[in-house]
Formats: sequence, structure tokens, C-alpha cells
Amino acid sequence: MKKLAMILLVLFVAAGFIFAGGSKEKGPIKIGVAGPQSGDLASYGIPTAKAAQIVVDDVNKAGGVLGRKIELIVEDDVCKPEVATNIASKLVGDGVVGVIGHICSGATKAALGTYNESKIPVISPSATNPALTQSGEYPNFFRTIASDDAQARTEVDFALDKLGLTKIAVLHDKGDYGKGLAEFAKKFLEADSRATVVLFEGITPGAVDYSAVINKIKNSGAQAVIFGGYHPEASKIVSQMKKRKMDVVFISDDGVKDDTFIKVAGKYAEGVYASGPKDTSGNPAAQAAIKEYEDKFGDKPGPFYLNAVAATEALINAIKVAGSTDYDAVTKALRSSFVETPLGKIKFDKRGDALGVGFAMYHVENGKYVELK
Amino acid sequence: MDHSYFFELFLGGMTRGSIYALIALGYTMVYGIIKLINFAHGEIYMIGAFTALIVSSVLGFTGMNPILILAIASVLAIFFSSAYGTTMEKIAYKPLREAPRLSALISAIGMSMFLQNYVLLAQTPDFLPFPDMIPDFKFLQPINKILNSTQFVILVTTAIVMILLTILIKFTKIGKAMRATSQDAKMAQLLGININKVITVTFIIGSATAAIGGVLISSHTGQLNYYIGFIAGIKAFVAAVLGGIGSIPGAVLGSFVLGWTESFGTGYISSDYEDVFAFIFLIIILIFRPSGILGRKQNDKV
Repeated sequence: MKKLAMILLVLFVAAGFIFAGGSKEKGPIKIGVAGPQSGDLASYGIPTAKAAQIVVDDVNKAGGVLGRKIELIVEDDVCKPEVATNIASKLVGDGVVGVIGHICSGATKAALGTYNESKIPVISPSATNPALTQSGEYPNFFRTIASDDAQARTEVDFALDKLGLTKIAVLHDKGDYGKGLAEFAKKFLEADSRATVVLFEGITPGAVDYSAVINKIKNSGAQAVIFGGYHPEASKIVSQMKKRKMDVVFISDDGVKDDTFIKVAGKYAEGVYASGPKDTSGNPAAQAAIKEYEDKFGDKPGPFYLNAVAATEALINAIKVAGSTDYDAVTKALRSSFVETPLGKIKFDKRGDALGVGFAMYHVENGKYVELK
Repeated sequence: MDHSYFFELFLGGMTRGSIYALIALGYTMVYGIIKLINFAHGEIYMIGAFTALIVSSVLGFTGMNPILILAIASVLAIFFSSAYGTTMEKIAYKPLREAPRLSALISAIGMSMFLQNYVLLAQTPDFLPFPDMIPDFKFLQPINKILNSTQFVILVTTAIVMILLTILIKFTKIGKAMRATSQDAKMAQLLGININKVITVTFIIGSATAAIGGVLISSHTGQLNYYIGFIAGIKAFVAAVLGGIGSIPGAVLGSFVLGWTESFGTGYISSDYEDVFAFIFLIIILIFRPSGILGRKQNDKV
């Protein structure tokens, strides 16, 4: 009797699998959303989950994709690599056809191997670590945010192509962000024969003044300073250089592309260049996406919201274009067909970085940052 | 060797040293009198700078001469900082005068945090621009590349403050009382010196010089926030220890030495290690002269 029950049970379970397998093509298309939903960094992950929900609700309301509804599976990786690998296995087990996430670069890197083995495309709205796309290890990885080095690339290209500078001093504030950027800038400048790096220095944030470093810049004969760091130090350096009547171009990053910089540095801010994410606020799709969020949740969307909307739209569009959820077809579609998103018209290059998403240079003119086309 | 570069670094280090000196004076005088390291002293400097900012923003609307505004702002900054300094002494240190020295030290750290957060909440956590009130002096044009007007004002003001302070301590009655209290507070009291008055005056002078430092450095860097007192305070404290805490010439010497060490270290080696040079120098001095460059050797009486 016991044996019979056992056999029946096994048959029942097996039948369940077969049944489930059979219904896979008919049931909803499952998309995973992975990122921190709790913990210190939850505020980076929650907007992405909400963005995916908004896009998917709209698609489902319009009848879904390929005649099927889309179902979201939201998982919490707390931005921890060890949790992220578990989440990845779970999502693979759940049979997702694509993943929006993860949010933190470290967690994303840990999870990517699992997805890659199972041939699942992953689109992150926020993981900026350059190696994720540049290493070539993860052909299944895409992102709708520019990588960390893209900003340094933008600054260096601007300094060399537009301003035609030949002697450049690179400074940073010794922090992860500033130093990382400065090191990329230095690497790009050294690889280019048109310019030389005459000075590479770290400064101490919050120091009483920077006159010694400024003397050093002057002594090095630099035509321009590329600074990696934030606005408090930048405004001190800029105003002290101007007070010393030094005619040195100042180029910095989105840590400086902040209105506080202009407020604090005042008239000395005029003429400063800073890179920052391209302005998408004029894009009607972005305005619509933000309004939809505000109507639905009653507050302002958090960080990476538009990037996440773009990621979800890109994935769903790719499935639509591919006509199936097959990995090769979907990734090919991601790389080849443009899609209209809040970030503009995007598709992905062969490494997985979004084309058309990136940084622009801004220039302080009459107390305002103006985007340089 | 490039001479003009050397002079730029020399003057830059001296400017920085002047600011340290104005703050370090407060540390060293208070330590000399009541053997307390007043960790909230950096905050007094910050409050001086904030007062000057508020006053000059208000007066800025009247279209007065910038130098006049700067003078009024400095006087009010000195007044406010001194008021904060003495009040702090009355609230946080006086009740603990007979308590173990560690209690007063903890009270000082608490005061420092309190004042920082007070300004953070009452004013703003953001950086604020400090108006440019020191004009470009005509007579500095020829050496403008080496020394600008603000640096010149800092150097001159510091020199004047030092001279006035020396006169006060050497030749006035209260100066004599301060020296006596610093030597032996109990004995001074027995001889009829009003210790409380001496301590109050010490806090007033220390706070006043710190306020001057705050106004000058804010004019130099053009910005301030509630946190500027912390790092400046730590550096000035290091300068005071370097020169020999308790000794007024020592604090000034220590400040200049620290300013030059940082400036030359940055200029000739690397600014990455600016703080490292300062502290290596401190360690070396303390190994060979544990009580600082001009510090008196303290013999414990048996």
C-alpha cells in the first residue's frame, strides 16, 4: 500500500512537471527583478522594482507580448554578492526569460555567472563597474547606465578634441569616486599622444586651503586641470586659482555639476566645465514616466528610476521583436533594434553598453550649467 | 631650484600657519591656565566665521564699503565667539574644575559635537559662499603672482594680533595675573588673584583670535559650512602640541612649522601625503622633545 502510494505520488509530481512544462508556452512570460528591497541600500533597488511594475502593467493592459501576459518576480539581494548568487539560482529555477537588475555592481558581478550559464539576458539600470561589459566575460549582460569610465572618457575627449589642450594636470580627492575617475582620465590621456599629464595628485578633502597644490599646478605649466571629486574642494580650488589670476581651464565631473558649486564659487564658477548625465528632462517619455510614478505612488521616483523603465522597455521590446523568448533571438534584438525610452532612443552595443546613454559636457555660463552640444 | 616657486610655497605655508596660529593660541592659553584641552575650540572658530558671514550678508544690502563691512563683521564675530567661548566655559567646564581632568575633556568633546550640530540645525548643512570683501591692493600688483591680497591681509593681521597679545601678556596687570595663574593657580588665588576672572579673560582672548582666524580663512577660501572647525581645530591642536602646549610662542612657532611642512611636502613631494608629513614631523619632534619645541619640561613634585 505504502509503495503504491509512493508510486502514485511520484507519478503525480512528475505529471505536475510535465503539465507545467506543457503550459510554459501558454502561461505568462516571467521576468525577474533583482536588487535590494531591504537594508541600507533599499532606496536604490525599490524604484527599479516599481519602474518594472509600471511598465509591465501598461504592457499587460494593452494585451501583453506575443499574446501572453508578463509576470514579474521581484527578489531581494540586499546588494550582497553572496545573496545575489542565491537569488540568481532561484530566478533561474523559476524559469524567468530575462532579469532587470541587479543594482549594485558587486552583486551584479556575482550573479552574472549563474545567468550566463542558463542563458538569461540581464539588464541592469545602475551597475556602473566598467569591467562588467568591458571584460567580455558576460555576453548576457546589458545596462542602461553609462559605465564609470565613460565619464572620464567624455572629459578627456572634450579636453583634447574640443579644447585642444596639450598639458593637463589631473587631481582627485583620494575618494573611491574621485580617484577612480582621475585614474581613468590619466589612463586615457596617457594613451593619447596629443597630450601629456604634467601632474597627478590627490588632495586632502576639507583642508584649510589648497595654495600649495595650486602653486604646484602653476609650476607644472598645466593648461587645464581635470578634477575627480566633489564640489566643496572644487570650488575652493577654482576660486583660489582665479584669485591668483591663473588662466587654467577647470574640467570636472558630476560631483561638481551641482548648483551648490555655482552658488559657493559664485563669479569664479564662470567658465568651468563639468560632465554630467545627459539631460533627459525634456524628453516627453521621461516626463510621462515620472508622472505615472507620481500618480501611482504619490511621491517622487528614486534613483535609477528612468534607467529601470528604459531597461524594462528594452527587454520587452526585444522579446516582441524577436517573436520569442529564445536567448539568442532576444539578445540579438537588444543589440540591433532601437527602442524609444525615457532615456531617448537606445540600443546596445556589442559589449552591452547602451548607445545614446551617457554623459554630456556642461559649461557654466551666467551662473548656470549649460549643456554643450 | 626655482626660487619663485620656493617663495610661493613659503608664503603659502606661512599663510596656512598664520591661521593655525590664531586657533592654536586659544588651545595653548586655555591649557596653560586650566590644563584643559578645549576640543570645542575649533567650533568657536567656525561660529566666528558664521557670524561674519551673516553680518556681512545683511550689511551687503546697504551697499557699504566692503572693507568697512569686513571690519564690522570681524568685530561682531569676535564679540559673538567670545560670548560663546565664555558661556561654554561657565556651562561645561567650570562645574568640572575640581573633577578629574578626563571629565572636563569629555565635556569638551561633547560641547564640540553640540555646537557643530547646533549650527547644522540652526543654519544649514550645506556649504555657503563667503563674500569677497578683501579688495585687490594696488601695491601688491608686482608680486601678485606670489602673494595675493587675502594672503597679505592674513599675514599682516596675524602679526598685529601676535604683537598685541605679547604686549597684553608681558606688560599688563591681567597679563601678569594670567602668567601667575598658569604657574600655580592655587598660589595665585592665595595671593588675591581672581582666578575666575583670569579664566574668563583667557577664554575671551582665545575665542577672539579664533574668530579672527575664522573670518580670515573664510575670506581666503570663499566658503564655509558647520564642519570647518573640526579639521582646522585638529590641525591647530597638533600645532600647539608641536610647539609645546601651554607656551604661547611655542603655539605660533608650531603653527608655522606645521604650515611649512605641509606646504613644502605638497610642493616638492606629493599632496597625497600632506597630512602624513604633518604627523610624521609631530612624531619626530615628540620623540626627541616630548613636551614640544618650546615646551617646558614638567617635573612632577615628589
